[in-house]
Amino acid sequence: MDILASLGDGFLIALTFENLALAAIGCLLGTIIGAMPGLGPSNGVAILIPLAFSLGLPATPALILLTSVYYGAMYGGRISSILINIPGDEPAMMTCLDGYPMARAGRAGEALAISGIASFVGAFFATWGLVYLAPQLVKVALLFGPAEYFALFALAFATIGGVAARNQMKAAFAMGIGLLIAMIGVDLQTGVARFSFNNIHLYDGIDFLVVIVGLFALSEVFIFLEHRAGGGVDAGRVEMGRSMPTAKVMKDVTPAMMRSTVIGFIAGVLPGAGASLGSFLAYTVEKKISDKNGTFGKGDPRGVAAPEAGNNAAAGGALVPMLALGVPGSGTTAVLLSLLLALNITPGPLLFQKNPDVVWGLIAALFIANIMLLALNLPLVKFFVQVLRVPTRYLMPAVAMISFVGIYGISGSTFDLLVMVAFGVIGWLFRKADIPLVPVILGVLLGKLMETNLRRELTISDGNWWALIDSPLSIAIWACAIVGFVLPILLRRYVRFARVPQTGDDLTGQ
Amino acid sequence: MSITDRLIGATGLAIAVFFAWRATLIEEPFISDPVGPRIFPLIICVLLGLASLGMLLRPDPEPDWPALPGLMEVAAGTVVLVAYAELLPQLGFIIATFFAAGYLAWRLGASPLRATLAGVTISLGIYAVFHLILGLALARGPFGF
Repeated sequence: MDILASLGDGFLIALTFENLALAAIGCLLGTIIGAMPGLGPSNGVAILIPLAFSLGLPATPALILLTSVYYGAMYGGRISSILINIPGDEPAMMTCLDGYPMARAGRAGEALAISGIASFVGAFFATWGLVYLAPQLVKVALLFGPAEYFALFALAFATIGGVAARNQMKAAFAMGIGLLIAMIGVDLQTGVARFSFNNIHLYDGIDFLVVIVGLFALSEVFIFLEHRAGGGVDAGRVEMGRSMPTAKVMKDVTPAMMRSTVIGFIAGVLPGAGASLGSFLAYTVEKKISDKNGTFGKGDPRGVAAPEAGNNAAAGGALVPMLALGVPGSGTTAVLLSLLLALNITPGPLLFQKNPDVVWGLIAALFIANIMLLALNLPLVKFFVQVLRVPTRYLMPAVAMISFVGIYGISGSTFDLLVMVAFGVIGWLFRKADIPLVPVILGVLLGKLMETNLRRELTISDGNWWALIDSPLSIAIWACAIVGFVLPILLRRYVRFARVPQTGDDLTGQ
Repeated sequence: MSITDRLIGATGLAIAVFFAWRATLIEEPFISDPVGPRIFPLIICVLLGLASLGMLLRPDPEPDWPALPGLMEVAAGTVVLVAYAELLPQLGFIIATFFAAGYLAWRLGASPLRATLAGVTISLGIYAVFHLILGLALARGPFGF
């Protein structure tokens, strides 16, 4: 098998002592980050990208470290859901529903173990899904011309705005702001300066890392400042109970995990959905199927297993369009895309052909991270519970200062630091006004690529704008984009939606 | 009826108009592709303008703004972080970070003594981990740290 041979090569790359050590560090760090209040996969990884960049790590080790952090943070988020009923990040929200009641009933250890195993199952099978699905998508993507890519970017914006936001206008607003930021600086194709206002620092444009760290990490600090919420969390009196579920409970939850993995993976692959929707759908469906005695919401183990398998499977599924097409489907994958771009790797079909070592090394790293996380989590739960108690009055200043260190390390310029503070304030303001942050990030990341594809297509067609929609493929993608944006508006009008978790997968702290 | 959404919408509209005007001033280079450097920014300005109008005309309910003390905390925090960015090269990493981290810990509810300790710990801790162990370049002040 061709794919298995490639995967084998990936394991050869990933299985060096250095890379294994990085994966272990990443998993540990990620779980701690995920467990900490106010930090989740996207802001945790966002803070670490500039650091990895400044430290000059080569591409593959940097990817291994940061994807381990990402997966680790997904694992870590559930700990506070279960113990204190506060999700460590947004995808872990559904886990509160049955996890916390289990903890109250003295079954905290069991709930943590079930969720850990469910996370493993979801992520493990989703990674296999990625292995088989991504190369298929690459085959399709090789048929894409600039017009199709332009449509694809529009699809990413439309679905993220349509599915994830409560108010489409605000999503469009956020996307416009992000795209405009991307336009600042010298035009790549003609060399003329745009929107630089004769400021030397603006000629190179605004670094997307500065925007991301400001919007995701510093805005969190402002939210805590606003509420003067500096206390620690008291997780001390929870009865842990037995630390492994009985065989009977495992037998009960296994079908729930399997169903949820499939649902989560599909939700993750679809553009615009991401991990929050994955866990939401998985829980809802599982409740419909299994809740015969009304035990869901009162501490049913299946209600813990379903959303955890769902959100981790979705996180894996979301990597499919990100790696194969270069188009992220959610907030956290947008952050991972920024990681790739910072390392000078452009994801997409060409990546699979030109740098198979990066792709397969990364996928192998995902498998390794998963197994490590399962191994770490079961015995170290007690340690992670301690992490919950770190008071935010000491944690948040450290987060702010580390953000500064990372951005200062990239360029050593005060100007970048000031821009980051400005985006911290903007991020705070947007979050208060319920304007999603993810479209801003997507705009900043994809703006230049989108413009390049538009101009390439029109150069080929010699200025004929109809060329953008003259292939069946591009028409189909545009149709999906329009449906993805408009349908949720119509649905919302007729059906009262249960509140789907909004925006960046994991922007908590409200 | 939300004042916030209207204000943000109005600001967005102003930004869209301003950037559209600046876009028309971009010099058209001698040799260019059929689209040129102006059109795509103009398209974005139209989109941003329409979205801003939407927010202006159909605002969401007012979000829950914090009372004045909360707003003052955010404003003061912004001032401190801006000052931190400006003073970093002058004071050097350890001193500047001590003040900024100590201030944040104090405002988040630590007692002055504990906030001072937090400032020292965070500053020296980051210096040790990122500079001494990992070899990252940090701002050097007049004393070399």
